[in-house]
Amino acid sequence: MKVVRDQGLGVRGKRVKTKHSLAPNYYSLTTKHENIVIAGVGGQGILFTSKIIGEAALESNMNVLTSEIHGMAQRGGVVVSTVKIGNVSSPLIADAEADIVIAFEPAEALRAANKMSENTTVIINTNPIIPFPISLGKEKYPKMEYILSEIKKRCEKLLTIDANRLAQHAGSGITMNTVMIGAFSQFSVLSKKKIKETIRKNVHKKYVDVNMRAFELGYRAVRSK
Amino acid sequence: MDILRNKGTLLLLGNEAVVRGALESGVNVATTYPGTPASEIGDTFSKIAKKAGIYFEYSVNEKVAVETAFGASISGLRSIASMKHVGLNVSSDAFVTMAYSGVKCGMVIVTADDPSCYSSQNEQDSRYYAMLANLPMLEPSTPQEAKEMTKKAFEISESLELPVFLRMTTRVSHVRENVRLGKIVKNNREGFFEKDPVRFVNVPAGARIGHPRLLKQMERAEELSEKSGLNRIIKVGKKPKIGIITSGVSYNYTIDAVKKLGVDASILKLGIVHPLPKKTCEKFISSFKKIVIVEELEPYLETLIKALGGKNVYGKLTHDFPRIFEYNPDIVYDSLAKILGKKVQKKNEKIVVPSRPPVLCPGCPHRATFYAAKIASKDKAVYATDIGCYALGVQPPLSTADVLVCMGGGVGAAGGISKATKQKIIAFLGDSTFFHAGIPALVNAVYNNHKFVYTILDNRTTAMTGHQPHPGTGITGMGNIASNIKIEDIVRGIGVKFIEIVDPYNVKETVSEFRKALEYDGVSVLIARHTCTLLEIRKGKKKTYQINQLKCKECRICIDRFGCPAFYVDKGVHINPLLCVGCGVCAQICPAKAIEVIK
Repeated sequence: MKVVRDQGLGVRGKRVKTKHSLAPNYYSLTTKHENIVIAGVGGQGILFTSKIIGEAALESNMNVLTSEIHGMAQRGGVVVSTVKIGNVSSPLIADAEADIVIAFEPAEALRAANKMSENTTVIINTNPIIPFPISLGKEKYPKMEYILSEIKKRCEKLLTIDANRLAQHAGSGITMNTVMIGAFSQFSVLSKKKIKETIRKNVHKKYVDVNMRAFELGYRAVRSK
Repeated sequence: MDILRNKGTLLLLGNEAVVRGALESGVNVATTYPGTPASEIGDTFSKIAKKAGIYFEYSVNEKVAVETAFGASISGLRSIASMKHVGLNVSSDAFVTMAYSGVKCGMVIVTADDPSCYSSQNEQDSRYYAMLANLPMLEPSTPQEAKEMTKKAFEISESLELPVFLRMTTRVSHVRENVRLGKIVKNNREGFFEKDPVRFVNVPAGARIGHPRLLKQMERAEELSEKSGLNRIIKVGKKPKIGIITSGVSYNYTIDAVKKLGVDASILKLGIVHPLPKKTCEKFISSFKKIVIVEELEPYLETLIKALGGKNVYGKLTHDFPRIFEYNPDIVYDSLAKILGKKVQKKNEKIVVPSRPPVLCPGCPHRATFYAAKIASKDKAVYATDIGCYALGVQPPLSTADVLVCMGGGVGAAGGISKATKQKIIAFLGDSTFFHAGIPALVNAVYNNHKFVYTILDNRTTAMTGHQPHPGTGITGMGNIASNIKIEDIVRGIGVKFIEIVDPYNVKETVSEFRKALEYDGVSVLIARHTCTLLEIRKGKKKTYQINQLKCKECRICIDRFGCPAFYVDKGVHINPLLCVGCGVCAQICPAKAIEVIK
């Protein structure tokens, strides 16, 4: 499918004149841009991930807008966070305008497929979390081959990664999100160093090492692909 | 605490930016009742209050929150009360009259609306409250603006001596962006209440003076709105042929869509949605042949602009924009494209993906209570439920929700059902909800002799919104030790004769107490008390259970009736050890005794 990418929404370098100090300061910083969708299930550390990416962008002097869903949506339900780097106003990402999709769960990657285009890089953690209606026998979990083939049709690059295993390998299953951040950093406009620094600042001292290991494992896992 | 930093930029959530704005305004008193998408305002205050030298409280409900803030304001201190949109309903009785007497020091009421009902029972448009109470309302589009407008709201409030609303929506509250910080103003003043009964005692004679006063102040507000700098015109391109009026997050979608469409347009971005800057609006609408209104939820601006004589106004009433749910870049782009006769975007085809509804957590004590209630009533009862995690009981297989309205609404409705039918009724509400709005309904049930089981799901916290304390937890929003108000003492004090406290993790006892409660002739109160699992597992998991496949007869009671999400089917029934928290309730209900602790 041919989708024309919107290049930074045509505002780059153009300053919108406004009289008042309330005008957003979108135009003074770098012109790099990147739309990131983080999709998964409540409890997987999605809000932490978007916070890390957002802060790393800020530390890199880039404009950033993130959007999150809190509350009811978090109790094992669908959680999608978006991070937009660059000179934009809308916090949400339009159809077919994601540059990178980080999916913590395969079915959730499929749910985010409408954000993908032939310019999108998709990173999927291959470990499913079975929604409860499926255990009740009311619905069926799609076959992995189906998920991957549907996504392959819609994106430029698809990478799969067993992030749960790598997190265990790093020393703790809960660093799965850090593994995914590591993988993401291979493709982002953000530097690996900045992202690592941001993680270091945001986790408890006790857990810095395990997170650094998880990050490296994720980073290396997609490099060889 | 980063948010107390004195300069630079910070990546702030819209809600955190409101707190920062209040700190930069020298706020002294902050109150709230938690509710998504407003919760982080109170939670941020709670974290920093001591260090910032201000007073913060989780009030028992939004009405009390607004009244507390009002008390501080009329005693000469700046105050802020925050809540979600439906909380604004609860507080409305207070602020509609406060508008008459007005305030002394700046007072801001923050309401966070939830278009698309991500975590709410409705998606009401709070802008109408500004009109109803006739109080100014500001509406920011971004976290940066949320901070600046909080400051402006304090200034306007103080200059007009009226409470001022700040209206947030989910996509402003829960968006993070780089926010430029200003200076924090520390204000160690002590307030003093100067008596002025003519103004502050709203008996009819006082109210008759207060109403004309309000109208006069609101005329001034309109002048202020014209000059405030909060309503801006943004021109895109050289020769705008179309005028767009918008506010809040809709502005962000609009500006991106206009640029993407490549059309020349002029955008009137309203920062004050009540009262409208009439002159600015009239001049704007007379300059264009076509006016488009981009606003989420109700056609609020559209109606007002039409009333000002706007012709060729395109919006919700003309079916050019949807009237329900939140907007996004695609909706705004496509609607504008259609109005302008341009091509809409080609859409990705939709893929069918299995649903993933939110569920009660593994080990949630509410699940055990629901299970016991179903067994005891042979699942024949009518279940009235309330606002909180336990509303998730609506999902199969529990299906313990037949009616849900608002905070305390289930127990109120249960009384009515008991007078209308002979059916057994079990009502559920949480501990925080009990304090918030459940007590009057219990008094009513005792006084009027209703007959139902009033179940208090006491998990020792306000769980759904992020584990805030409440009057029964023994701790305040400032982190101080407080008197722990015992729910059972209140219940006894009201005159309830049947009252039992059970631990829902003990299935047998809970079923037996439910049976007795159901038999009782009158209102019976059952307190199902067990700390929220999410709090308990922070202390470390003690046990993990597994299914002994040799003993399992695959009756599937654990899945089909109990419904714990740690269970899954994969050639036999299994427990995901990563999800199991070791509550052991499933082991009690398994008829084959096949669920065992992993040694």
